[in-house]
Amino acid sequence: MTANDLFIALPELFILGMACLIMLIDLYLPDNRRGMVSFISVMTLVFAGIMVMRWQVTDAATVQYAFNETFVRDSMADVLKLFCFVVLGAIFIYAKHYLRMFKLFQGEYYVLSLFLLLGAMVLISAASLLTVYLGLELISLSSYALVALDRDNRRGSEAAMKYFILGSLASGLLLYGLSMIYGVTGTLSLSGISEMAALASNNITLIFGLVFVVIGVAFKLGAVPFHMWVPDVYHGAPAAVTMLIGSVPKLAAFAMAIRLLDNGLSPLQDQWMGMLTVLAALSIIIGNLVAIAQTNLKRMLAYSTISHMGFMLLGILSGTAQGYSAAMFYSIAYAIMSTGAFAVLIMLSRAGVEAENLDDYKGLNQRSPLLAAVMLMLMFSMAGIPVFVGFFAKWLVIQAILDVGLLWLAVLAVVFSVIGSFYYLRVVKLMYFDEPETEVKVTAPADFRFVLTINGLAQLLLGIFANALIALCVASF
Amino acid sequence: MSIQVLVFYLFGTLLTLSALSVITVRNPVYAALFLVLTFFTSAGIWMLLEVEFLAITLVLVYVGAVMVLFLFVVMMLDINLSRLREGFARYLPVGILVALVMAGELLLIIWTKGAQKLPLGEGNPDGFSNTAYLGERLYTEYLYPFEIAAVILLVAIVAAITLTHRGRREGGRYQDPARQVQVKRDDRVRVISMPAVDNKERDA
Repeated sequence: MTANDLFIALPELFILGMACLIMLIDLYLPDNRRGMVSFISVMTLVFAGIMVMRWQVTDAATVQYAFNETFVRDSMADVLKLFCFVVLGAIFIYAKHYLRMFKLFQGEYYVLSLFLLLGAMVLISAASLLTVYLGLELISLSSYALVALDRDNRRGSEAAMKYFILGSLASGLLLYGLSMIYGVTGTLSLSGISEMAALASNNITLIFGLVFVVIGVAFKLGAVPFHMWVPDVYHGAPAAVTMLIGSVPKLAAFAMAIRLLDNGLSPLQDQWMGMLTVLAALSIIIGNLVAIAQTNLKRMLAYSTISHMGFMLLGILSGTAQGYSAAMFYSIAYAIMSTGAFAVLIMLSRAGVEAENLDDYKGLNQRSPLLAAVMLMLMFSMAGIPVFVGFFAKWLVIQAILDVGLLWLAVLAVVFSVIGSFYYLRVVKLMYFDEPETEVKVTAPADFRFVLTINGLAQLLLGIFANALIALCVASF
Repeated sequence: MSIQVLVFYLFGTLLTLSALSVITVRNPVYAALFLVLTFFTSAGIWMLLEVEFLAITLVLVYVGAVMVLFLFVVMMLDINLSRLREGFARYLPVGILVALVMAGELLLIIWTKGAQKLPLGEGNPDGFSNTAYLGERLYTEYLYPFEIAAVILLVAIVAAITLTHRGRREGGRYQDPARQVQVKRDDRVRVISMPAVDNKERDA
């Protein structure tokens, strides 16, 4: 290890140090000054963002390794990390309001979230099977605890328990697969595995390992048929936590898929392409169909996540640089969209009651035109209506699979995204054409409303100026 | 057959049998004890692989600490055995069917593709210390993963405390050492004078 190694991993070290520091500061803060924790956490993200940008890797050709090739910093890693910071920063501001409302405001939320972020960064920058697994575990462990944060809530504890048991099972399967791959190739480094796998791409043990790796990735993404945990966890967890586990870990899971399947097992592309095709097609079909039947917004968004992850997998399964960048664009766009949707849910909630039923959105336009407009933009974007960022995300992945000749899959994706727009547009209909059931004023702190407005406008602006973000994603591969 | 292979098969058989017993015996305490035997035999197999550090750690950590804790919990909990086995007969046919299908699938793949025999590793040279090697690797080559593992343990502690610690309850009784040392005789002992009573007179 040299000083240069530490320099390459500077943002990670900074986040780790600050998470420990915030934990200590929180211990000595009186309850009425706890807002400081939130402020320091947001500042931590700002400075970590500056650190990444100051020495950002901007072209796909530059790859920096550190710590004996267990850590890699490339263009994809830097872009994904930056968006993790942006999304988490917004989440911290939304969460402050929510946690205060539900009497859950404690430093642990911020500390565990920062550790989750650290896990995501480790996973994004993983260059060895060991760091892939450890990063994943760091994310999982933090999220199990966060889901159970409202510990007196039975629904939350039940969701955490389910998440923990299914998550441990998935980790076990992944680890089993990784051990087989290690057994065949004799190396933990992903680039080493790629070299060895090219020599033995028909090795039965290697393919066995690949199956388990794909299961592990599919579980993290919540792709059908490994999606069982998604609705229950989204529904049971406090909205501030649901918002978190629906965004940053999804970016990390995308990176995990790229690291393992492309960086590590690209010689087995023929094999994993077929597996991912099944996962993607099932996720798009089941996610969109079941979402229609939901009357609970959190569950509806959970099934919509499943279908979105199906779309994202389309980009990865194409196996081309174009497909990877399309999938990356999709995961970033999705993280921003879903954060915004949960923020609207939080803003409509009153002390102790989450606005999770679709009926709560009736006549929202009359109660708060701004909030309704933000939600409209988010729903249009999720449905993939042109000009909004969600449209370009879908367009790019569909283009990517058309280029590898999977016409039937493209048709299926388009048909089901049309079917899926029904439940997004239903929310819009409820907001604009129904009479409100209550006249309670919708309020939130100024910083909350400010960030939410930007979040809504981002759907439009990232859509109109999509080229800038697309260029960033294309430069990563 | 060399003595090593003989020992391997002996330990392997013992390991499989005791692992089977863990899930088949009725009494949970016996199951836990069989698990101890399982760990112990696998430590023996690791010893054959010349990884003495891992073998010792397995015995120390799993047998010495984890299993003792496990036995403790098993003995303290009042486990209702009949409820645990409810529905066993009902699920058995489906379970056997699933197991058979999975075994069939596995065999089919191995049969069509052919199993591969992995080459045997070469033994370590004389005077090789697994412990020293492991320590050296852990703190040089694998320093970064090692530190991440440490962070995971930290998160586990934070999570456990967050989810279980409820702070001091109102009206609870707690010790305050500062007040304890300041205590005076008068706070604890009160001398009161009472008129003397004649026992004989009272009893009578």
